[in-house]
Amino acid sequence: MRRVVANKRVLTGTHFMLGNHAVVEGALAAGCNFFAGYPITPANEISERMAERMPQVGGKFLQSEDELCSIFSVTGAALAGAKAMTATASAGFNYMLEGIGYAVSAEVPCVIVDVQRCRGENYATQADIMQMRWGASGDHEIIVLAPSSVQELFDYTIKAFNLAEMYRTHVIVMSETTIALMREKLVIPHLDEIEIVNRKKPDVPPEEFLPFKAGLDGIPPLPDFGEGYRILHSLNPHDERGGIHWDPDVFESMYERIVGKITHHRDKIVQTEDFLLEDAEIVLIVYGSELRPALDAVRRARASGIKAGLLRLITVWPVPEKEILAVAKRASAILAVEMNIGKYAGEIERIAAGLCQVVRVTKNQGLIHTSSELYAAIEGVVS
Amino acid sequence: MLKVNPLRRYLREGSLPHFFCPGCGVAQVMNFFLSAADGIKLDFDKLVAIGGVGCTARIPVYLNAEALHGIHGRTLPWATGIKLHNPELKVVIFAGDGDAVAIGGNHFIQAARRNLDVTMIVVNNLNFAMTGGQVAPTTLLGLTTTTTPYGNREQPFDLCQLVISAGATFVSRWSTRKSYQAIKAIKRALQHKGFAMVEIVSQCPINFGRRALGTGDPSEGIQWIEERSVTIKEARELPEQERLDRFILGNFVEKHKPIFEGSSIYTV
Repeated sequence: MRRVVANKRVLTGTHFMLGNHAVVEGALAAGCNFFAGYPITPANEISERMAERMPQVGGKFLQSEDELCSIFSVTGAALAGAKAMTATASAGFNYMLEGIGYAVSAEVPCVIVDVQRCRGENYATQADIMQMRWGASGDHEIIVLAPSSVQELFDYTIKAFNLAEMYRTHVIVMSETTIALMREKLVIPHLDEIEIVNRKKPDVPPEEFLPFKAGLDGIPPLPDFGEGYRILHSLNPHDERGGIHWDPDVFESMYERIVGKITHHRDKIVQTEDFLLEDAEIVLIVYGSELRPALDAVRRARASGIKAGLLRLITVWPVPEKEILAVAKRASAILAVEMNIGKYAGEIERIAAGLCQVVRVTKNQGLIHTSSELYAAIEGVVS
Repeated sequence: MLKVNPLRRYLREGSLPHFFCPGCGVAQVMNFFLSAADGIKLDFDKLVAIGGVGCTARIPVYLNAEALHGIHGRTLPWATGIKLHNPELKVVIFAGDGDAVAIGGNHFIQAARRNLDVTMIVVNNLNFAMTGGQVAPTTLLGLTTTTTPYGNREQPFDLCQLVISAGATFVSRWSTRKSYQAIKAIKRALQHKGFAMVEIVSQCPINFGRRALGTGDPSEGIQWIEERSVTIKEARELPEQERLDRFILGNFVEKHKPIFEGSSIYTV
C-alpha cells in the first residue's frame, strides 16, 4: 500500500489531489485529532486517508460500527477536548441527525462532512440541503459551508473547524460527488499562514463556573472533561448550571441564546462571492459545484451582450439574507440554480418576494448543469 | 438528629431530589456504585458518568462528576470517543436493559469485542420502566407487560452470555438482593482494565411488579427475583429449560486482553 509522507500535520506545497483527500488535509491543518467514520461511498477516501494520516500525527482514528457511533464518538471526543470530525454520504447522514440534535443542545463543537449522493447511487446531487438545515429534532440554527472545488474542500474544512470552535457548535461541510471524486490542483500553505481558532475556556475556577451561562456573545466557555468542572451535558432542558430543569421561561431563553449565538453573528459567519454583479440585470444564485458551470454561463452571456452576474453562496446556512436581498432589489430576474428538485429556491423566493422575478433552474438527473444549459436559462429570461 | 449519609458528597446537589419511585432498584444500584467508588477512592474529577435514556440512565444526572445524558442507546459511542481521546479518564456507563441491548445492542457487542476500557453497569429490571412498563428484550417468557397483555412470546437475552461471546473481559451478574456481592463486583469492575460489564437484576415495583407479578410491593419483587436466583454452579445442574427461567448470579469472566486504542495505530 502506498504511504503518505508521515509525521507532518500540514503538507505544505502544491499537490494534484482528490477532493476527499483535500478534506482530510484541511482537517489535519485545522488541528483535527479525532476522526470516526463508517464505510459509505463516495466518502470512503476520507476514512481511508484518515486511517493512514491520523495516527501519523498523534490523533485517533475509529472505524465505527455505524453512523450513530460515528457522530456520538465525535461528540464524546469533542467534549473530552478533541477537534473531532466525521464524514459520510447522504444515506449515512440520515443516521447522524440524532447526534446533531444532541450536539445542538449540549453545544458541541465538531465538524460533519456530507458527500451528497443520489439515493444510494454515487451520482451528483445537492438534495440534502434541507436535511442539513432541518433534519435534527428540536429548534436549532446551523452553519453549512458549500465548497465548489478541491482547493475549497481544503480551505472550508479549516473554516468549518474554526467556526465550530468559535461558536461552540457543529458545522457541516456540504460536499458533493462532483468535487469529492475530482482531482485538481491544491495549494497547501505553510502552517504559519493558516488561521486556527480554538474554543474559549473558562477563566473562573469550577466552583464559580456556570457551564451554560454565556457573556454578550452568547457562547459559553467549554472546559475539557477531566479539568475538574464536572459538567452535566444533557439533551434534556437545562438551565445555566446544566442540571435537568424544566421551566418554560428558562427553556425559551436557553434556546434563544443557542439559536442567537449564530443568528446574532450572521454577518461574521456568512460568506458569499460576487461575479460581475454590479450592473447585472440577470443574476444566477448558486452554491457548491454549480458555481463551475454558472461562471462559464455568465461569461458567455456577457460576451453576447447580456448583463448577467452571479452571487455564489459559500455559507448556505445561515441564509445570506442581506446579500440575496441586495441582488433582488437591483436585478430584474434571479435564476435559482441547484442540483435537486428545487429546494433552496424557496429561501430565495421568500427574500425576493415582490422585488424581482425568481426562476427555478433545477436539474435532478444525478448530473451537474452544463454551462450551455445555464446559458440557455439566461437567454430564456431575456427573450 | 439525622446524620447526612457520607456518600452524599458524591452527589450533584442541584439535581436532587432524585426521581426514582419508592422501592426502585435503580436507586439501590446508585448506592452500590457510590459505596464501590468510595471504597476504591475513585477520583470524581476524572470520572465521566454516562447515561442514555431511561430510569437507570438518570444515575449520572445525580453524580457530581463529568456527565453525559439524554440519548437512548448511544452511551458506548460517547464512551469510545472519550476514552480514545483521553485514556486517563475513568468512564462508567449506567444503562437499563432497554438502553443496553434493545436500542444499544450493536454498540454493546462491538464495545465488548473491542475490549473498550470502560465499566458498564446494567440495571436489568426486565422491562421498559420509564415509558410505562413495555416488554423488553430481557422480559421472561409468559410475563404480562403493557405491550404483552396476553403474556410475552419473545425469548429473552442473557446479557452476560451475550457480552462474554462478544469478548468482554469482566462479566458479572448479581441482584439488588445481593448488595454485598454487587458492590464487590462493581469495585472489581472499576479496577479492571478492559470492557467490564456488571448486570444487576432489579425489582421495578411500579411498572413491572404491578403488571408482571401482580404486586407493586418492592419486597415482593425482590423476593420474586431471589426465588429465581441460582449460583453458576447450581445452574450447571439444572436442565436447560429450567435455566431459562432463572437468574444465574456470579462472576462469570475476569481475564486480560489488550484494550482498544483506536482502529488504526501507526507503525513504521
